[in-house]
Amino acid sequence: MVAPGGRLMDAIVETFRWLTDAASWTGPRGVLARSLEHLWISLVPLASAMAVAIPAGVLAGHHRRGQAVGAAISNLGRAVPSLALLVFGLLLSVRVLGLGFSFWPIVFTLFFLALQPLFTNSYTAVREADPALLEAARGQGLSERDVLLAVELPVASPVILTAVRITAVQVVATAPLGALAAGGGLGRFIIDGFGQKDDGQMLGGVVLVAVFALLVEFAITRLERRVVPGPLQGRTDAAAVVATGRAN
Amino acid sequence: MSPVLAQASGGIRWSWIGDNLDDIWEATVEHLWLTGIAMVVGFAIAMVLSVLAIRYRRLYGPITATTGVIFTIPSFALFFVLAPFTGLTVLTAEIGLVLYTLLVLVRNTVAGLDGVPEDVKEAARGMGYTRNRLFLEIELPLALPVIIAGLRIATVTTVGLVTITALITFGGLGRFILDGLQQNLFVPKLVVGAVGPTVLALVLDGALLLVQRALTPWSRRAAA
Repeated sequence: MVAPGGRLMDAIVETFRWLTDAASWTGPRGVLARSLEHLWISLVPLASAMAVAIPAGVLAGHHRRGQAVGAAISNLGRAVPSLALLVFGLLLSVRVLGLGFSFWPIVFTLFFLALQPLFTNSYTAVREADPALLEAARGQGLSERDVLLAVELPVASPVILTAVRITAVQVVATAPLGALAAGGGLGRFIIDGFGQKDDGQMLGGVVLVAVFALLVEFAITRLERRVVPGPLQGRTDAAAVVATGRAN
Repeated sequence: MSPVLAQASGGIRWSWIGDNLDDIWEATVEHLWLTGIAMVVGFAIAMVLSVLAIRYRRLYGPITATTGVIFTIPSFALFFVLAPFTGLTVLTAEIGLVLYTLLVLVRNTVAGLDGVPEDVKEAARGMGYTRNRLFLEIELPLALPVIIAGLRIATVTTVGLVTITALITFGGLGRFILDGLQQNLFVPKLVVGAVGPTVLALVLDGALLLVQRALTPWSRRAAA
């Protein structure tokens, strides 16, 4: 039996070798092409889910309606395993819509995945705006529309953006699952490496996915600093994470 | 490993479910075992880490940062990373599952214990409570709603992650998903593998809520 330390060294050396091999990076199946695919299969569902779930959550929060529906979405959304979401994405794409394998199944999967944290956090963020603040705004004669756009939304923006960041990281980290449904992206290296018993490629894929997720996190954090009004910055994280808490 | 990608034709054989109730039940039991072991071990480790984090404040940052990084690793990647070292075994599955429970459990346990009002602790000390008795009889019960809220989230997450351990054999009900993928999208298997764990997660979540209400009748409104 090989000492575990020796195995670990081997794995690290192989991963390093694969990552530094120019052949791993170029061509239609190289790291660069796969990274672009990864970005694309993450961005399409994330943007669509944001377009649907954030306005829905904000409006529901503003009217203080749909608490039961919101709680149900939140509970159910967390309870469905990501692999089960992939099944729904696959069946929807292949069987129902006839869009085939590879691209659409994982896009649908990640869309479903992103809905729950975006909706729940937008809803909670708006609903928990300080009542005194709203009363003051209404007392000054602001219309309901202005209350929503000029008071509730800015106050809720840190939590909503934190939710976007956490959701984006989740989406990027779950996208590799698409490789199980013949999808592209960085997950290919993990699945193919595992299938071909090529530890260097598999672990290299894991490293790339992690780096990709960290870059996304970093980029959105930078964006948050620009978008969120100064006095409201750095006030959220924990609350949003609790409402989201899910591993992939 | 790679699913057969030909599109199946014809009607859906729902009778497969009725014909295979034994297999489904067996997989459900396995699913519960895998979940249960992970929760018990994860909870034990989380309690130790939480108590350490509270006694030694400096440790809290590093502990949550480390467990937070683990949380962002895609689970199937983590299982694959462990596989060369610990093989395609229950151990590999459980190491991964336990690691994923830690972030939520530690965060909620620390938050719960932190939330115990200082004057309550002061009063207990004044009544002569020792440090251990204070912890067991005052702090822990008062922190229970938040701790159980963490357990609920971790349990739901774990039930979902168990399906993914099917990739390294085992996997409880998740096995049906992989089988279904490999058999031209055999719908009944896929549905059992997808809906089964969802139902399981909701049932366990509800059960823990009832446990919490029974244990802490004084607080009907717990932090979620």
